[in-house]
Amino acid sequence: MSLLEARGLTRHFGGLRAVDGVDFDLRPGEVQGLIGPNGAGKTTFVSLLSGRIPVQSGTIHLAGEDITRLPAQARVRKGLAYTFQITSIFPGLTVFDNVALAVQGGRAQIGSWRGGGAALEAAVAAALGQVGMADLAGQGAGALSYGHQRLLEVAMGLALQPKVLILDEPTQGLAAGEIAGFMALVRGLVPAVSVLLIEHNMEVVMGVADRITVLNFGRVLARGTPAQISADPAVQEAYLGA
Amino acid sequence: MSGAKVWALHLAVLVALFAAQYLLPPYHATNLARVLVLALFAMGYNLAFGYTGLLSLGHALFFAGGMFAAGLPAYHFGFSAGPALILSLLGGGVLAGAVGLFALRTAGVSFMIVTLMFAQAGYLTLIYFNAWTGGDQGFAVPASGRSLFGFALSSDGPRFAVAWGLFALGFLVCLALVRSRFGRVMVAMRENEERSRLLGYNPFVVKLIVLVISGLYAGLAGGAWALLFGYAGASFATIQYSILPMLYVLLGGAGTVAGPVLGAALMFWLIELASGLTSAWLFLVGAALVVLVLFAPKGILGWVREKVWRGLP
Ligand SMILES: Nc1ncnc2c1ncn2[C@@H]1O[C@H](COP(=O)(O)OP(=O)(O)O)[C@@H](O)[C@H]1O
Ligand SMILES: [Mg+2]
Repeated sequence: MSLLEARGLTRHFGGLRAVDGVDFDLRPGEVQGLIGPNGAGKTTFVSLLSGRIPVQSGTIHLAGEDITRLPAQARVRKGLAYTFQITSIFPGLTVFDNVALAVQGGRAQIGSWRGGGAALEAAVAAALGQVGMADLAGQGAGALSYGHQRLLEVAMGLALQPKVLILDEPTQGLAAGEIAGFMALVRGLVPAVSVLLIEHNMEVVMGVADRITVLNFGRVLARGTPAQISADPAVQEAYLGA
Repeated sequence: MSGAKVWALHLAVLVALFAAQYLLPPYHATNLARVLVLALFAMGYNLAFGYTGLLSLGHALFFAGGMFAAGLPAYHFGFSAGPALILSLLGGGVLAGAVGLFALRTAGVSFMIVTLMFAQAGYLTLIYFNAWTGGDQGFAVPASGRSLFGFALSSDGPRFAVAWGLFALGFLVCLALVRSRFGRVMVAMRENEERSRLLGYNPFVVKLIVLVISGLYAGLAGGAWALLFGYAGASFATIQYSILPMLYVLLGGAGTVAGPVLGAALMFWLIELASGLTSAWLFLVGAALVVLVLFAPKGILGWVREKVWRGLP
């Protein structure tokens, strides 16, 4: 059984085959890594999954339901959350309000019409606590350091209380110490949440992923366990050995 | 920031405005009634522009729509002020919803242009049906239409009371709205629409709701203007009346609850003062606006929020 399933997913930009007939399965309770050289089509692929970009052909199913034509916001409410590779937060709002927007907009729809309440505050505090930012709730999000903005992005994804969490290069710009904490965080999410992790840091992806899919030129080059992937000659040629 | 403190402060503003009618000379008390109705209009504009980031150039249509929705039944069919005001509310809301259904498919400059075109079409419609609307001349609302619960709205006391009451209602609703869960989503649309979509919100629906609420404010203000000051005319549908609330909001502070009334009052008396001093009063007003943009680009209360009190709603 697969929680998130894509078949023949395709998106071309003019003549450029950014995503070219990709089949993909995310199992319940796994962390799957998605790797590939720059420009391989990873961000485009997950943008199709999340609904940021409409698909040209192919289908997407979430927990057996066809979501191929659903708008992005409806997918979020069904439990498919996406965090941006290029940090996308609300810089003019406080950290609290950034996360509160996720809490009240996501799958659980927590919070009263008045915009506050104990349940909302608890959910915000929990998400911020998970990324170690509990004491920054009152700060303006725009004034945070780059690393903290990345972690806020992750906290917003968690606050959506998703079934599937897609993380697009979340460790980019994190300090070494933060990365170790981040790996523990991702491992702690499963099996309640299934994670699709795009990652350029090999140590991270080999350390946390149960399985790995490799994209190259918009196509699946290989998939398997971390050990199988690092031993795969085609992968080494296209990517690791480069 | 504590909720009780915020509410107490805004209630104090309302009390001070009510007391002002007894403290000001009668001429200025009447002007304050005008300012309060214009501020009601501007508060609605602020919900769309200041909080949600919708830069509309079509709000004159919603204001004039409310004005004629109240004025025409009062003039032609003898409606009294109560039903006429309800019609003005509906008129503004329905027009805003209809315009929004089309205009919200665009954003940015296109949104400005489309809303402007709708307002212009509304103005031409009013002119075209001049047998009913009085066209450019407009018409005087008869005394029968300017009566609310037996009080004549043409006399100072009831007129001020109604202007203040409608303003107070709009003011408190605005405060509750922007502090609500939905208010947080409004600001999210302004700050980062793409991100808000990926947090589960439908921008089109959110913006349409805001535009309708904004239209309710504008329509009610337009109706109140016709009934309190006794005149309705197509000139209120011209672009000038879309720009005015924007200027009030920019001056007082976009995205603040009390900014529109502060901006409306300052602008009103600035124009009053300048036109008494010199025939080149427009120049003085323009100079004041340039100074504002240079030194407090977020408006007066925007400046206060930045420097003094971060939690100011
Ligand atoms: N909106 C777009 N328009 C045109 N080309 C795009 C667009 N988005 C991505 N591309 C191109 O598609 C290819 C895949 O990009 P992307 O999915 O961002 O790769 P990755 O995330 O693996 O680095 C790249 O060549 C990129 O330049
Ligand atoms: Mg990418």
